[in-house]
Amino acid sequence: MPTTLSDEAAIAGIGVTAFNKQSGVSELSLAAQAISAAIDDAGIKASEVDGLASYTLDSTDEIEVARAVGAGDLTFFSRMNYGGGAAVCLIHQAVMAVATGAAKNVVVWRAMNGRSGRRMGRGVSGDIASSDIIHWSWYMAYGMLTPVSWVAMIAHKYMHQYGVTSEDLGRVAISQRNYAVTNPRSLFYGKPLTMEAYMASKLIAEPLRLYDCCQENDGGCAILVTSVERARDLVQKPAIIRGVSQASTRGQEQMTSFYRDELASLPEMELAARVVYEQCGLGPQDIDAACLYDAFTPEVIMQLESFGFCGRGEAVDMVREGALDIDGRLPNNTHGGLLSEAYIHGMNNIAEGVRLIRGTSGNQPGKAVNHVLVSSGVGVPTGALILGTDRA
Amino acid sequence: MVDSHRIKPPQGEDNHWWWELAQEGVLSIQRCVACRHLRHPPRPMCGECRSLEWDYIESSGRGTIASYTVLHHPRFPGFEYPLIIVLVELEEGTRFTSQLLQCEPDEVQFDMAVEMVIHEDPDGFRLPMFQPVGVA
Repeated sequence: MPTTLSDEAAIAGIGVTAFNKQSGVSELSLAAQAISAAIDDAGIKASEVDGLASYTLDSTDEIEVARAVGAGDLTFFSRMNYGGGAAVCLIHQAVMAVATGAAKNVVVWRAMNGRSGRRMGRGVSGDIASSDIIHWSWYMAYGMLTPVSWVAMIAHKYMHQYGVTSEDLGRVAISQRNYAVTNPRSLFYGKPLTMEAYMASKLIAEPLRLYDCCQENDGGCAILVTSVERARDLVQKPAIIRGVSQASTRGQEQMTSFYRDELASLPEMELAARVVYEQCGLGPQDIDAACLYDAFTPEVIMQLESFGFCGRGEAVDMVREGALDIDGRLPNNTHGGLLSEAYIHGMNNIAEGVRLIRGTSGNQPGKAVNHVLVSSGVGVPTGALILGTDRA
Repeated sequence: MVDSHRIKPPQGEDNHWWWELAQEGVLSIQRCVACRHLRHPPRPMCGECRSLEWDYIESSGRGTIASYTVLHHPRFPGFEYPLIIVLVELEEGTRFTSQLLQCEPDEVQFDMAVEMVIHEDPDGFRLPMFQPVGVA
């Protein structure tokens, strides 16, 4: 009988540091603080952590952070490529480790001085340590150097094809800002965004404006994954991992999949959706809330189609109807997301998914939340995660 | 040699030949010798038939704009802003990412017909760019 990834593991702890523009500490310190918070949240001993995994972009080694937090023997460690695509993919790694017995308590994290240190928004213009430098060569010489420029090419085509306007992007930005306004962790706590201010914000990469882009900030976030049985014995209400997937599709490039027949969709996210739904037997009709990866506003709109919440070209209607708002069909990024809480490369969206399942979000919807969908990076190899309440 | 701040494309085994042809004013498209499939960006193996043998064809340089973006921020040395980046659907059937010249940012249109021109930097580095058909 093959091991499945459905209902094998749960998220038992989440931890975040403060999010700000200058942490004043090392990324190792941020990682240790976030992991320490996740361990305490779950109520396990640091010595019980036997698995650690993070992004290839993270500067902190597993063994450094293991010593810092006083972890015990490690029997699982791993690294994931592809920027923000790594977020859910790391949960996938952790679930495989727990389901197979490779490790019992796995912590995945992302800690970054993303403002005071290396800024992702500077793109590939600076030091490049990646092996895909030849891939970037096709864009660098033309000045197409930043994530927003790569995303704009696909988003513009999508908007042109389906009649999506700047105001529609603004609706996504404002919906998420409305959540952030009441979230004390958010960098935009108490700072609402109006459509007028959105439309007046400067153009970055047309059709995208400043408020279509996520923030750049310092901070860390860690997620503790353990078995469902163990999670039931711990402090917090378990967020059961009903399904988790990884996905990369034919013709995939990192951010620049400009050469596939279809430009106005996200094939890798459609694959992530198909795999995760099949894994747990759930469908879009079962999802009560979401944390869709939101480095840029059009990504949120396009994913509504990828995950089957509506048909091709219909996502803009959902946005205009207020589907993403607190009383809408699919409250989305109720912490403010990467756009308005903080940009921790998607890891903080997983944390919010866990809060929604626990019922502890600062913007908990009035309706029952039994299943939450979380996705990671858009336009890169990525993944999807469905968290559920414990039915036992 | 005059200084130029344009970020030069990193070159390796799999792409240097393409840039060398660009220096000669050629917009080339890699072609599989075995199955004749055209591919861009270049790769060492054909994803259709796995042949390692390839040659190239010279593109006519004619195509249409499949998508585009106008870059304003952040600004990097060596580029003029607003910078119009276009994804060109070449008439040979492959796409190519490049810059659009001789066009105001608010005059760019989806599906606009464009043609290739070779741009030369002050230091002599050359690269294929595009302009609307008929502006020259």
